[in-house]
Amino acid sequence: MTTPAPTPAPAAETRTSAPVALVGVVKQFPGLTALDGVSLELAPGEFVALLGPSGCGKTTALRVLAGLESADDGHILIDGRDVVDVPTNRRDIGMVFQSYSLFPHLTVLENVEFGLRMRKVEASERRRRATQMLNMVGLDHHADRFAHQLSGGQQQRVALARALVTEPRVLLLDEPLSALDAKVRVGLRDEIRRIQTELGITTLFVTHDQEEALAVADRVAVMRAGRIEQIGTPEELYSRPASAFVADFVGLSNRVPAVVQGEVATVLGTTLPLVSADAPAGSGVALVRPEDVLIVPGDDPRATSAAVVSTSFLGSLRRTRVRLDDGLELVVQHAAGEHVEAGERVAVRLAGRPVVIDAA
Amino acid sequence: MSAPVASIAPRRATRILILAIVGAIFAIPIVAMVEFTMRRGLDGGYDLSRWVTVFTGQLGPAYAPVWQGVQNSLVLALVTVAIMLALLVPTMILVALRFPQLQRVLEFVCLLPISIPAIVLVVGLAPVYQVISRMLGSGTWTLAFAYGILVLPFAYRAVQSNIEAIDIVTLTEAARSLGAGWLTVIVRVLMPNLRRGLLAGAFISVAVVLGEFTIASLLSRTTLQTALVVASKADAFIAVIFALLALLFAFILLIVIGRIGRGRLGRTS
Repeated sequence: MTTPAPTPAPAAETRTSAPVALVGVVKQFPGLTALDGVSLELAPGEFVALLGPSGCGKTTALRVLAGLESADDGHILIDGRDVVDVPTNRRDIGMVFQSYSLFPHLTVLENVEFGLRMRKVEASERRRRATQMLNMVGLDHHADRFAHQLSGGQQQRVALARALVTEPRVLLLDEPLSALDAKVRVGLRDEIRRIQTELGITTLFVTHDQEEALAVADRVAVMRAGRIEQIGTPEELYSRPASAFVADFVGLSNRVPAVVQGEVATVLGTTLPLVSADAPAGSGVALVRPEDVLIVPGDDPRATSAAVVSTSFLGSLRRTRVRLDDGLELVVQHAAGEHVEAGERVAVRLAGRPVVIDAA
Repeated sequence: MSAPVASIAPRRATRILILAIVGAIFAIPIVAMVEFTMRRGLDGGYDLSRWVTVFTGQLGPAYAPVWQGVQNSLVLALVTVAIMLALLVPTMILVALRFPQLQRVLEFVCLLPISIPAIVLVVGLAPVYQVISRMLGSGTWTLAFAYGILVLPFAYRAVQSNIEAIDIVTLTEAARSLGAGWLTVIVRVLMPNLRRGLLAGAFISVAVVLGEFTIASLLSRTTLQTALVVASKADAFIAVIFALLALLFAFILLIVIGRIGRGRLGRTS
């Protein structure tokens, strides 16, 4: 597990920004260790995504931070104060849930005012701030509607406004986009990032969608079986994954037989540097990104002959599946202009970028 | 072209026939009761004199137990609803939020009274009521403890269906994350969203209490039903009028429950 110090947040720090840290947090359920000593630091104003497959403990980590689950061990620090024994309603957090959580008996405006009402904010000030926040999420004209009169995307935007209007010290997002359709999801994702940057609020965002995490987060923490496997910027995770699991989970990878010798590996006849030098010598499996496999002219001495199995047009690029003469199949990502057809003979070689070895 | 799909719904005439038969089964006894109360005597003919007597308060002291029974039954209904709201609802909320694994157990316990005959309940309750009488006296209101058990299946189903219709856990967690304490969560978030279930549970409890006879009779308490039986021995006509009025009250309650069930647009989920 690698836990580098948090990078400075790009967002401007505001009075709502607070450093947040989970230190060695353990959470056990009967027959299951959901969090196995999770440590994670968020700098003030930073946007961190917790990414991982179902059951890896990412939602539990968020719920422990929110106080909705108790930690069996470890510390939770918000603004330097250990809040392990502080109930949820006194942690000064804002939270958006996966399922729609607007109060059905209240209007949009009343929903957004709820947190301010709990803080005994005076009525006119309450209304002013709620309207301002609804304006920020573009729903001020829906203030008198009820939850069932809004679309899923609108409900989540209201939930976001409701979570932010109290200016909490930390914003927690528990897969808030997963119930929405693809187009709305991308729009709201960008909107969340815009608002978070504008307000500079420290944010922890739980998702199982790697594209979502890479697109919005300053840093991404990849979780596996209750532990953080790697924390880093999206670029670091993608280009220098700390493990085969991270390489496999973040982005697409081809699994290609390799022979490791010291700090290099021989893959398809090409000698490639290793991302991590701790791979054991001998046979292993290299994880090669589709864009690191090139379709080249047949006379390239480092090329291997292959047949095109299928090809998919993805807009600006194309993803092509090829079968090498020894039967190994590779996915190649190349420019859409490089046209190939199923059954066509091509030559492929590796681009030469560092690879991760799966020694398992 | 695909062949037309045969509808499995009954034809209009069949539906009307079924409705007419079912309606007659319910209506004939009620119409007969109404007809009975309006008979003038052996010489034939009908009038509303007995209804006028009841509604103008001209009933003699012989009917005092009936009025006492009405009062007792209304008090019993109130106390039973209070017990239901104070004990059952918080328990159901607690189980839904904190102990979902106990859901089946709670459901079993709550539905149990419906499978136990009232006479068996009384056998079990009799020694309990000896203790209750020593501690709280033998007032009719104490029957509410037994009625609290009797209405459990009906109240449970009404409230539980409402709990299942809203995401009670997420609403609670959302309110907590916004700074609400537990009391605020219950009063300002859960109660308004459980309003339909609570009202339906309360009304159906009132209807059950007003119609209960066996337990009250065997434990020697005066309620509307037991008083009606006594009154019917003196004047069967007046007793039937009271029975019809109780039936009408129950119908009104059921209509109110039905209207609540449909809910108000905009204020319900």
